Parts: sequence; C-alpha cells; structure tokens
Amino acid sequence: MRKLVVICVVITGALLISGCQEIDTEVSAVTVMDAPNDSGGGVVVAWPAPAGVKVDSFAIERLDPETGKYTPLTTVKGDETFLEDTGLTPNADYSYRVVANLADGKTTAVGEGAGRPTGEWFNFNRLNVLVGVVSFVVLVLVFISMARGGKELFVRKIAGLEAVDEAIGRATEMGKPILFVSGLGDASDIATIAAMTILAKVARKTAEYETPLIVPCRDPIVMMVEKEMVREAYTEVGRPDAFEEDSVFYVTDSQFGYVAAVDGIMLRERPATNFYMGAFYAESLILAETGAQTGAIQIAGTDRVTQFPFFITACDYTLMGEELYAATAYLGRDPLMLGSLKGQDWAKAVILVILIVGAILIALTGLGEVDTTWFARLFETVS
Amino acid sequence: MRREVPLFICFIMGALMAVQFFVPHQFSITLYQYMLRWLIIVLTFAMLLGIGSLIKVHSYKVRFKREGWGYSIVALIGLAMSIVTGMAGILGRLILGQERMAEGFFGDFLFTFFNSGIDLGSGFMWLFSYIQIPMQATMFSLLAFFIVSASFRTFRARSLEAFLLLIAAIIVMLGRVPLEGIVGQWLPDLAEWILEYPNMAAKRGIMIGVGLGAMSMALKIILGIERSWLGGTE
Repeated sequence: MRKLVVICVVITGALLISGCQEIDTEVSAVTVMDAPNDSGGGVVVAWPAPAGVKVDSFAIERLDPETGKYTPLTTVKGDETFLEDTGLTPNADYSYRVVANLADGKTTAVGEGAGRPTGEWFNFNRLNVLVGVVSFVVLVLVFISMARGGKELFVRKIAGLEAVDEAIGRATEMGKPILFVSGLGDASDIATIAAMTILAKVARKTAEYETPLIVPCRDPIVMMVEKEMVREAYTEVGRPDAFEEDSVFYVTDSQFGYVAAVDGIMLRERPATNFYMGAFYAESLILAETGAQTGAIQIAGTDRVTQFPFFITACDYTLMGEELYAATAYLGRDPLMLGSLKGQDWAKAVILVILIVGAILIALTGLGEVDTTWFARLFETVS
Repeated sequence: MRREVPLFICFIMGALMAVQFFVPHQFSITLYQYMLRWLIIVLTFAMLLGIGSLIKVHSYKVRFKREGWGYSIVALIGLAMSIVTGMAGILGRLILGQERMAEGFFGDFLFTFFNSGIDLGSGFMWLFSYIQIPMQATMFSLLAFFIVSASFRTFRARSLEAFLLLIAAIIVMLGRVPLEGIVGQWLPDLAEWILEYPNMAAKRGIMIGVGLGAMSMALKIILGIERSWLGGTE
C-alpha cells in the first residue's frame, strides 16, 4: 500500500511538473567545438534535430558566468543544426543550452554543452593559396637560377619601355624638363614601388644628360623614398651637385588638389616628356589629356584595369598591368630579373591550362556526364 | 652596411607578413595590428616632412619670384589658414585657459569658429566645405569635357582595331541609353553581352597578369633581387 502511494505521488508530481514547465527532459547532448581555422574567438554549437517532432526554431542560450544563468543568444530556423558563435575570448570556457520551439507552441530542451575556443596556427582554408604561392615561388626561383647559369632568356619587346630612352632624349634636345608622376598610391602599394624602380632608371638618365626632372608626390613617405633614389642616381653617375633637392617635392594628399597642382606644372613648365607610373584613379584622364594638350610625349603605366582606356587614349605608350612590374627587368636586362619574368610567363601558362580544363569540366557537368565539383573546390578560398 | 641593414629588415618583415596571412592565431592578429599602428605613427611623422617640403618649395618660389609665384602665396595662405583654424581651439585653451574660452571670450560665432577643432561649424570645416570641396568638384567635373575630347581622338577609325573599338563603344553607349521603346531590348542586351563576356575576359586576363606580376615583384624585393627602392640602380 505504502509503495503504491509513493508511486502515485511520483507519477502525479511528474505529470504536474510536465504540465507547469514548458521545458521537457533533455533529448540529447549539445556539442560545443572550437571553430576551425580562426583566431580563437569562435565555437561551433551543434545539436541533433529532435526526432518525431516538428520544430519551428531553436533558441540558443549562453551561460553568463557572472550571474550563472543562461541568457538568450539568438534564434535559428528549425531545420538548422549548428551555429557559430564568434567574438569570444580565446581559451575561456563557454556553456550553451539549446531549446527547441515546437510547431505546437511548446518548447523542449535539446540539451546543454560546453567548450573552449582556441586559436589555430594554420588556416587550412588557405592551403590551396599556400600551394599556389609556393609553386609560383619555386617556378620563379628555378628560372632565376637558370638565368644565373647563363641561359639566354627571350623577352618580348615592350614598346612603352623601348620608348623611355627616346622620350628622355627628346626632352634633353628640347632643353625642357621631364615630369614623373608616381600615382596616387602610397608606399605600400606594389604599383607605387614599381613606379619608384622606373624612376630610379629615369633619374640615372636625366643625371647623365643633365635634364631637369620634376617629381611631384602625393604621399610624404613616397616623396622621401623617391628623393633618396634620385639623389643616389645622381651620385652614381658622378653628378651629385646636379641634384636639386626641391625637384622631388610634396604637393597634397587630396586627389583633385594633386591633379590641379600637376596640371598647373604641365601648363607652366611645359615638360617635353611626362611619365605616369603607378596607381591611378579618376584623375588619370585629366592628367593625360592636359599633358597631350601641351604636346608632351607621354608614357603611362598602371595596374588599374579601369584606367587603361584613358591612358591608351591620351598617351603615346601605355604599360598595361604586369608590364609595369617588368620595367626594371626590361630596362636593366639583369639576368636575375629576366628569370623572374620567365617564371611569371610559365605561371600564366599553368593558369591557362587550369582554365581550359575547368571550362571542359564545366561543359561536361552541364551535359550531365560527370560530377566535377571537386575541381572547383580545389580553388575555393573560404574566408 | 648602408644597404644590408634595410635589406635585412625588408626580408624579415616581408617574410613575416607573408606568413602572417596563413596564421589565424590571436598572436598573428596582434602582430598585424601592431604593425598597422607603427604605420600610422610613421605616416604622421612623414606628414610633417611633407608639410616641410611644401613650405620650402613654395617659399623658394615666392622669394625668387619664380613663374607662378602668386599661386604659391595662395598655397601658403591656405596651409596657414587650415593649421590656424584646426588648432586655434587647442591654442586658445592653452593661452587663455578653458574657463575664459567657455565664457565666450571671442563671442558666440568666433567661439564656435575657433573652439570646435574639426567639428561641424568650426572654421576648419567651413574652409573644407565651402572652399576645398567645391574646388575638388570643379576639377572632377573637368573629366566630362576631357572624356569628350579623348573619345573624339580615339574613335577616328584609322585601323581595323580602332574601327572595332568604335563599333563596340557605340553599342555600349547606346545600350546604356533608355531606347527600348524605339530600338527594342536587343541593344541593351548586346551592350551587356559585350561587357559581360569579351570585356570581362580581357579584364580577367590582365588581372591574372597583374596578380602574378605583383607577387613576383614582392618576391624580388623580399629576397633582395630588386634593390632599386634603396636608391640608385645597383
């Protein structure tokens, strides 16, 4: 009899509890894993879909260590089974609780779990990038080593670079200055660095011919580096006294303020030759058209694809994209530099083959012949 | 030593930043942010050198009455005005003290004008909004006229390439004009096709070359093969 009363009390209690509380018993555990390939600020909270019930949404709650209570984090759709929580403190413990909001209005606890976010030392999402970079570096180094060994390397003619000597000679004959504009990029821009290397070659020639050189700069760091480069070039050819300190000067960092100043220099000083090398934006045509109207011979070089049409239209010669980077190798004819150019060419050939293979595979996928998504995944980069 | 030390620093920092791209750890992020802060500090000091250069060049022009020296006076006045209006509040507080500034020593208008640094309503922002921005807009608007003159020169069909360029340009230009009711949808579709396929293919080809060229350039600088940036050509 006593046993019967206890069982009745337990069953009644259980029924009462189930009726009062919306949260049922746990269905299964929630797993909290460290988010892969991150700095240690994220975890992945995963939970199994409750069987036999229709779930509207899942409410994810995170334990507040100060109050010791779960606070709502977010709500996700009922067909989702994981969530990435980011912005966490690395190496700290985090606990989560997942509650399922059922279609009939009731809620049921899916479970609880805890985990600790940690930072990784390698981002495997970028493995394909690393493989590509290492392959390219090896290719370039192989060709540099071949060039060092005395192998003759053919490099096609680049009209814009062939014309550099002619343009400097023209200015010398006319007794007019040469204007060198190194673009709007800062010193960390690779196009600006390429422009600086071309300036070094141009400055050496102007020093030899004693042709005035004007270099207006938009970035103070670029100005300092270019000033040193021009000074060195004059010293190298034995004419340090011919170097004018103020030939390389700062103008302004305002885009159109810079354009106004350079246009003014073109119209007042009437340089015979204008070089536009580096990173350019909307100002490219304003500069190049003003230069064309003054009758100067103009050589431009940029890696900004959107500015090519403007330079091609208004300049006599235009170095497009990689030709800008090839300038030092081309002008100096240094075997080591030429080796790197050949490496680039071979890398382009490899990319071309990959593109052709990719196009064929996509065509086959379209025909329903084979599944080629694996090929696309090889080149995917997940941020 | 004059060359070896910069080359060594360049190699270490270049290699470090390349490795940093593949390391997501907090240590790597902290290092990157630390470098960015360094960059800001260097930039700030470099700006002082830039201003020094600006003053020197224009003072020289004014002093020796070189061609266009009048413009140099305007440039120097502009520079002085920007510095004065930008820093007047700080200087006022330093010279007069916070209390006298707050009492409206200069009167309401002048108080706002000088005391607000680069806030809205300050003298600095007045110069920026009513002088610098209109002047920049004027320069930018010149682009429209230059595009016309450049197009006129380019679109003269003197060769097969120039003829093709002319045809493509006419199609794309007309395709962007709302002429559906007159010539039908085929023209905008053709213009879109030219932009999406032949144009995009050429652009991507160039971009691949640019990417490889930039990587090669970076590699040459990191390994010390390209040394022109050190000055000279050796």
